[in-house]
Amino acid sequence: MSETLQKQIKASEMDPKFKYEIAKMHGGEKLMRCFQCGTCTSDCPVARFSETYRPRQIIRMAQLGLRERILNSDTLWLCASCFTCTDRCPQDVEVASVIRVLRNLAAEKGIVPQVFKEQASNILELGYAYKIPELRIKKRESLGLPPLPKGNPESIRKTLRGVGFLKYCEKQGG
Amino acid sequence: MAENKYLIFLGCAIPYRVSAYEISARKVLQKLGVELVEMPEFNCCGLPLDPVSHEMMLILAARNLALAEQKGLNILTLCPGCAGTLKKVNKMLKEDKALREEINHHLKEAGLEFKGTVETKHIMQVLIEDVGLEKIKEAVVKPLTMLQVAEHNGCHILRPKEVIGFDDPEDPKTLKTLVEATGAICLDYMDETECCGAPSVGVSDKIALQLARDKLNHIKMVDAQAMITICPFCHIMYDTNELRIEKMFNETYGIPVLHYTQLLGLAMGIPPEELAFSDLRVDASKVLEQVMEGEK
Repeated sequence: MSETLQKQIKASEMDPKFKYEIAKMHGGEKLMRCFQCGTCTSDCPVARFSETYRPRQIIRMAQLGLRERILNSDTLWLCASCFTCTDRCPQDVEVASVIRVLRNLAAEKGIVPQVFKEQASNILELGYAYKIPELRIKKRESLGLPPLPKGNPESIRKTLRGVGFLKYCEKQGG
Repeated sequence: MAENKYLIFLGCAIPYRVSAYEISARKVLQKLGVELVEMPEFNCCGLPLDPVSHEMMLILAARNLALAEQKGLNILTLCPGCAGTLKKVNKMLKEDKALREEINHHLKEAGLEFKGTVETKHIMQVLIEDVGLEKIKEAVVKPLTMLQVAEHNGCHILRPKEVIGFDDPEDPKTLKTLVEATGAICLDYMDETECCGAPSVGVSDKIALQLARDKLNHIKMVDAQAMITICPFCHIMYDTNELRIEKMFNETYGIPVLHYTQLLGLAMGIPPEELAFSDLRVDASKVLEQVMEGEK
């Protein structure tokens, strides 16, 4: 995933249907309301420390239908999901949720940082996003804590049957 | 439903590396008359997977909610991320019949059904709404008047406002009120509601640590003796990573990061060794000494 957001835009890259596709998904409904005021970017904690992450820019690119550019961009994964942009948008665009919709679309194509694949695999295998060391689980008793919920990974896998993203994980649903 | 009886939801981060929060929370809640019931079948709340599959997040969260419904008990979480996720999914599925049916189709595979009959509360919400400030103040036997601290809320207990609807995200008051109930002075500082950066760890550690550093700088500037958190992820960012940030950016902080439940526990007269102070990475002994001296 090389950084793809900054290059010059060509008309042939634009897919006018893309915004409607996003608007059909949970959280993407209000994408078209954005009038580019920039409140999201100026309030974004990540944008303060990133040279490339600008939520306003991603929203505009989504409106323009620059599908491949967005979905192949590393920058998309920098959002910390703090929801400040969503809360402060004067047009009620759920900015953080639109970004999540875009990430979901990238993930469907397998474009996803390794950390998420690991967490998904852990949940399918153990019920938790992290591999909690045996030592920690045993130590709970000496600390006076009740046993750690074992979860029910088998039941989890059953409920997740048919979820598309799982094809990129080691352990799968069903 | 009995008012102060909850299923405790630990989530992933707490059993993974933040047991001091769990230990101190259980101690404090027990003393305040909040009964916690264990639920062996709970799994991850689903939030970590929202970025890659919203559907997967919905199913995982709904599964936990359906399990709680079977028990007929509301959920108490220590993690704002878990609270936010379970609250949000509960609301979404209650309001959207088509979505509920779709998710229930998945849950049926494991013999479960979401009905929308339980609520989820973060510990802070239980403390302020169910235990109540008066009862907390009554339980404070060693007011920490010698301490001045800075609080940090954590985003997911505040935002998105429309979903959480608990405190004002632009001017949150609950944690401050709870800190002041211990007798400690709660300081104002720049960018108080700014994100800790934890969700960016693993994608860009550098940006995440810069965010955490920014906050530590602001807190240092107002001479806070400690930072108070109510989120396991925020705690990892400031406590576990403080030394790393000091080295990386050539800074010196030495600011201990306490779970709110540790602070409250001290004020309630619970001995520090029962509140897992030794689990903290940043040495909190100066704060403890001051609290003990204050007793005399």
